[in-house]
Amino acid sequence: MDIILNIQNLSKTYQSGGNTLTVLDDINFAIEAGSTMAIVGPSGSGKTTLLGLCAGLDRSSSGIVELNHIRLDNLNEDQRAHVRNQHVGFIFQNFQLLPTLTALENVMVPLELRGEKHIRPRAEALLEKVGLADRGHHYPSQLSGGEQQRVSLARAFSNSPKILFADEPTGNLDAETSEKVVKLLFDLNREAGTTLVLVTHDLELASKTQRIIRIKGGSLISDELTNTQNLNHAGA
Amino acid sequence: MPELNDIPEVQHKSPLNFSWLILMAWRDSRRNRSRLFLFISSIILGIAALVAIYSFEYNLKKDIDSQAKSLLGADLVIETNKTVSEDAMPMLMKLGDKRSEERAFASMIYFPKSEGTRLVNVRALSGEYPYYGDIETSPATASRTFRLEKRALVDKTLMLQFDAKPGDSIKVGELTFEIAGVLNKAPGQTGFNSSVAPIVYIPLAYLEETGLSQKGSRITYNFYYKFGEEVDVQKLAKKLEPQLEKSELDYETIESRKENTGRSFEDLTEFLALVGFIALLLGCIGVASAIHIYIREKINTIAILRCLGASSRQAFIIYLIQIVGIGLIGSMIGALLGTLIQQFLPMVLADFLPVKITVAISWAAIAQGILLGLIISILFALLPLVSVRNISPLNTLRLSFQETSLFKDPVKWLVYFIIVSFVFGFTYLQMGSLKKTVFFTAGVLAGFLVLAALAYAMMWLARRYFPSSWSYLWRQGFANLFRPNNQTLILVVSIGLGTAFICTLFFVQDILINRVTLSSSKNQPNMVLFDIQSDQKVAVSNLTKSMNLPVLQEVPIVNMRMTEIKGRTAADYKKDSVAWGAMRGLEREYRVTYRDSLSDSEEIIDGKWIGKAEPGKPVYVSIEDGYARRIGVKVGDELKFNVQGAPLKALVGSTRKVDWNRIQTNFILIFPAGVLEDAPQFHVLLTQVPSNEISAKYQQAVVRTFPNISMIDLGLVLSVLDEILDKMGFVIRFMAAFSIITGLIVLISSVLISKYQRIRESVLLRTIGASRKQILVITALEYFFLGALAAGAGIILSLLASWSLARFTFETSFTPDILPVALLFLIITSLTVLIGLFNSRGILNRPPLEVLRSDV
Repeated sequence: MDIILNIQNLSKTYQSGGNTLTVLDDINFAIEAGSTMAIVGPSGSGKTTLLGLCAGLDRSSSGIVELNHIRLDNLNEDQRAHVRNQHVGFIFQNFQLLPTLTALENVMVPLELRGEKHIRPRAEALLEKVGLADRGHHYPSQLSGGEQQRVSLARAFSNSPKILFADEPTGNLDAETSEKVVKLLFDLNREAGTTLVLVTHDLELASKTQRIIRIKGGSLISDELTNTQNLNHAGA
Repeated sequence: MPELNDIPEVQHKSPLNFSWLILMAWRDSRRNRSRLFLFISSIILGIAALVAIYSFEYNLKKDIDSQAKSLLGADLVIETNKTVSEDAMPMLMKLGDKRSEERAFASMIYFPKSEGTRLVNVRALSGEYPYYGDIETSPATASRTFRLEKRALVDKTLMLQFDAKPGDSIKVGELTFEIAGVLNKAPGQTGFNSSVAPIVYIPLAYLEETGLSQKGSRITYNFYYKFGEEVDVQKLAKKLEPQLEKSELDYETIESRKENTGRSFEDLTEFLALVGFIALLLGCIGVASAIHIYIREKINTIAILRCLGASSRQAFIIYLIQIVGIGLIGSMIGALLGTLIQQFLPMVLADFLPVKITVAISWAAIAQGILLGLIISILFALLPLVSVRNISPLNTLRLSFQETSLFKDPVKWLVYFIIVSFVFGFTYLQMGSLKKTVFFTAGVLAGFLVLAALAYAMMWLARRYFPSSWSYLWRQGFANLFRPNNQTLILVVSIGLGTAFICTLFFVQDILINRVTLSSSKNQPNMVLFDIQSDQKVAVSNLTKSMNLPVLQEVPIVNMRMTEIKGRTAADYKKDSVAWGAMRGLEREYRVTYRDSLSDSEEIIDGKWIGKAEPGKPVYVSIEDGYARRIGVKVGDELKFNVQGAPLKALVGSTRKVDWNRIQTNFILIFPAGVLEDAPQFHVLLTQVPSNEISAKYQQAVVRTFPNISMIDLGLVLSVLDEILDKMGFVIRFMAAFSIITGLIVLISSVLISKYQRIRESVLLRTIGASRKQILVITALEYFFLGALAAGAGIILSLLASWSLARFTFETSFTPDILPVALLFLIITSLTVLIGLFNSRGILNRPPLEVLRSDV
């Protein structure tokens, strides 16, 4: 099986007022391409930091992050940006749409960044897919939270990423909207065959993935498979 | 709904191109364009000022070129302030196809109808001068007809002052002339000249009869020539030069006048351009601070772009494009405005201009302005813009986890360096003098630094001695001075600089006026009589005393020239380029006195004062210290003089310091008693008249009895000075207005930025129950503190600058007038509060949720 993300001996420390603060300590795991996984843990456990490192948003203090067989820890910020653009999709808790761009333009940006042309049909189709075909020319501030997160989903899939990172994707949504967004997320993911890494403290949401790793105090304390069907992972 | 796998894959891949960055810059600016425009609008007026001045400069050059002939009125002018030697006369009478002669001197004239007297510049003219242009008169024919009979042309300001009309008469010396017409403009004359030394033309044929051309009178002789088209006057003048020099005659051609006029206006346009540049710099500070806040607000957008794969360079370029675009628009509007303002500059400067200015669009000036605006807005925007490179995509996950470091970037220091170099380079291009450039750049930097230091000091003090006992509203308003995202620094610098500018202008005007009024205070002479002949001395003194006026000083004056310094003549010094000071010393005429004691305004610095010359022994003269240094002589050095034909040798006996600021006769050179008593001389008498009526009566009496005597009335000098300062003040105020309005725009944009900063807080306060009134009070107090601090800092800076000017440049004491300063302080502070409240009204009047949804 192809390993899309390989984490070895990953640590992250911060210097704070002369003290060294260890946020992540010796984390090891690997994810098979096409699988789904959730990182869970209490607030401040380091799960978002772990997501940031896995996605190449930040540099580790030590250890290896290998994404699609590329060593991220050896790359500078601009090189990592290129990797993100080519292989990674993001979903954020607070949607993080560009406020001055319309929904359609937001979906187009990752493709535009690649320098691709004739992207409009794809972006429109993606918006249609998330049920917002008629809202393409609205700005984020004119959309509801659920709608914004659906635009965000369309954007995340626009560049056909190998791996999708979602940080508390339902954290800012009500229960009903959450349910719809989650369904859409998993449907799109299944259709595209993308690897999904989900950070959440919502165990119900986590249980929809094939595998859950638990973080506490910066350490990985458990790594277990869920009883979701079609288990198809490499194991830790 | 299409299946994801059915969604068309994108086919054509190409490397990221510039057009996408432009598109993204355009999209990103969408809801910020009016704000961006407001930021950049602070450079509009600076650019406008510069484009107006550059256009004016180009037009002036063009007009001087085209009107140079009428400036001079002839092809060649030969001039001297000494009686023309017999040897030179034949040559002077032979030159040119047509020639005119003029003698110009200062004299009193008397208006019999109104019984008024006034010191004027009399010009006795023969021939058909001017050959180019006109002596402008009303009626126009008067400029020709006055030459034929005993008639005069009288300056228009005098005609107004003494309520005279053509046909009335004036008395010049002992002769009465009929006024042929009003003199509106003599060739090359400016409105400014006219108030300082109004001109009266009379025919040369009658000069002798006036009795004013006696030996010893200070007359300037001008010979005007017109040549045929075929003569190269410039070449001819060069050929004549040795001969002219030998006879101590100067000359001027159209070419040299063109250069001289151009040069004197270079100084003016240079000064105006620098004033405009200060306005531009002030605007740039506004741009930098506005962009700083703008980028801060864009951190999240930039982080998202970075997250999606934009490189730091791409993110940087997107915002740079916005700045370039808006900078270009701002500069173009500035250039347009400048071209419009240029129409008014000739009106503002009319009194100083010898030529008629044509107003034409100068594309060179417009291009210069736009380029300058673009470069400078980019440079200043770069300061905050370079931070974009350092914004981490991690900000998408948690904005405040790691504060983006804005100050530890070496590129920033490089940008600072480039800015200072640019200011230096630009100033050097304007001034062309390294020393002046260093002074200006250092001055501007020091101004900014002093204000910035004051702002920091005030923030520190506000925090250190925070008034915890104040009520909540006051504390909240006061604390806004030093809390994060405060506007203290930018407002103190921008408003402070504007205030300092206005305040210094006011102080300098005050210092100049004060300096003259101080000297005219009680017990000081306020009337000077000169050109008193030796045989009139006693009679004038008696006349003065008979009118119960004191004779405060009576001084003999002997005209002479220096022929040798330390055994070397002017010709010797000419070969030595270093000693141009000495050469100058040998070229001028000296008005010298002799006496046996020092006056109380003099103090010996070196050597010994010798008041009496002993027969058979060397003559020891005293020389003013600064002048001695300029011509390079010390105590003991030998000087040779030519006292109107008679040679005289002297040694430097002492150097002395002279207080030139007093209204009394002061001299560079003083001879001891016992040497010059028999030399041709005239006398000066100083008296003090208590009122304008007595002054007028006294002047009438003197002029009627002694028409050759000239009088300077200090009251008149004061009013002329007032008029000049008023005219200059108008020009300076006109230019300063650019800085002041720029300061206001920066103020408006700074306040607007702080509105975005304060919006969340105010909404939060309203949400938890603060009333409109409470928010209003907090906002008003914050702007009150800011305005007061900024105006205070500006006034402090201005006091420092004015004090230094008074102390070191004008060498006088400085006592600032408190009332106008207090008024200025109040106006600036109130304006800040008003603008602050006006801009914040949106938050006050709308429901919190609406504000949050629409603006944040």
